[in-house]
Amino acid sequence: MYAQMIKTAGTGVKSREEMTEQERAFQDKIDADIKIEPKDWMPDDYRATLIRQIGQHAHSEIVGQLPEGNWITRAPTLERKAILLAKVQDEAGHGLYLYCAAETLGVSRDEITEMLLDGRMKYSSIFNYPTLNWADIGAVGWLVDGAAIMNQVPLQRTSFGPYSRAMIRICKEESFHQRQGYDAIRKMAEGTPEQKKMAQDALNRLWYPSLMMFGPSDKDSVHSAQSMAWKIKINTNDELRQKFVDQTVPQAEYLGLTIPDPDLKWNEERGHYDFTDPDWSEFYDVVKGNGPCNVDRLAARNKAWDDGAWVRDGLLAHARKKAAAKVAAE
Amino acid sequence: MKNEWPLWEIFIRGQHGMSHRHVGSLHAPDAEMAIKNARDVYTRRNEGVSIWVVEARHIAASSPSDKGPLYEPSESKVYRHPTFFDIPDEVGAM
Repeated sequence: MYAQMIKTAGTGVKSREEMTEQERAFQDKIDADIKIEPKDWMPDDYRATLIRQIGQHAHSEIVGQLPEGNWITRAPTLERKAILLAKVQDEAGHGLYLYCAAETLGVSRDEITEMLLDGRMKYSSIFNYPTLNWADIGAVGWLVDGAAIMNQVPLQRTSFGPYSRAMIRICKEESFHQRQGYDAIRKMAEGTPEQKKMAQDALNRLWYPSLMMFGPSDKDSVHSAQSMAWKIKINTNDELRQKFVDQTVPQAEYLGLTIPDPDLKWNEERGHYDFTDPDWSEFYDVVKGNGPCNVDRLAARNKAWDDGAWVRDGLLAHARKKAAAKVAAE
Repeated sequence: MKNEWPLWEIFIRGQHGMSHRHVGSLHAPDAEMAIKNARDVYTRRNEGVSIWVVEARHIAASSPSDKGPLYEPSESKVYRHPTFFDIPDEVGAM
């Protein structure tokens, strides 16, 4: 999930009696699955929470380009390079769809960008892990995009119209991402023993960080109820995590790879796999800024923003000059 | 913050013969760049054969609070729909 630990604004779910008439009408629309559009009335807390959530989601798409971009020039074949390039370009597009959705709530692009750059806003913890070799690129597509899809598919039904439309567009493109990743890692799992070892190693390192993408366990995620009532969160963290594990285990088995969890086993009674939770202290540490790549990622985004300033300013100056010349000629 | 590129709304004609449809928005310094960016952002998978861009500030929109006065009057005008009229079977297709 690209938006983790979004703090829901407000004081929690209000009973109908506590709601104002406007709030009641708003909740009725949501309950009836009528989309909320930018110009409609909405509670301030709904707006604030959505800016945080969509913003963090957008930042994740943008920062998520970094670990993969790291391997574009070193892809093993021209075809893999073209595929990875297309995938990374998609991520940029996904970030842009989401930024535009956030902007309809009244935050400007520069404001939201600056909140990422100075650390006031977060991006998904997963992108603070490195991609050490080509097998990691396959594993990222397979696991990270697979986990993202788990979260994004239900969000197509989210109550805020622009967010929902962005998610629909993203989901259409996301399946390519996961499949290209699985295809890349399958090539390695079916390759030489050394390649297979690399594939296993990538799975070992990325398994638990992928599970962390869904956010803390339900018993520790205190803000969910209001977000779920507003339908900006559709499933709980643990529900999605379980779904991801259930889907991924057979995929790993097909590859002949082992999930790095000795306690993982099918639970006939529950109809789900039992599995070990990730190390939550590691998760909180990464969120706090102490993951292996936090500093690098933010530095790269800041450098790109600073280095691009003259381009942004130059193009705008050129556009203004051209517009002025056109007015003068009329 | 002072030099933010303006926002453009993007409309794409998906296929020949269809009308342009709103697909989303993006920032660009001018119309020419807006079209170039729209091509990259919104037509990566053959989604279009033509692009329109309009600077967002030039779009006027109806207000949600006008929903009643604007659209309710048509609810009572069922005779605007062809199914309102019974045409005898003998007359054939009409």
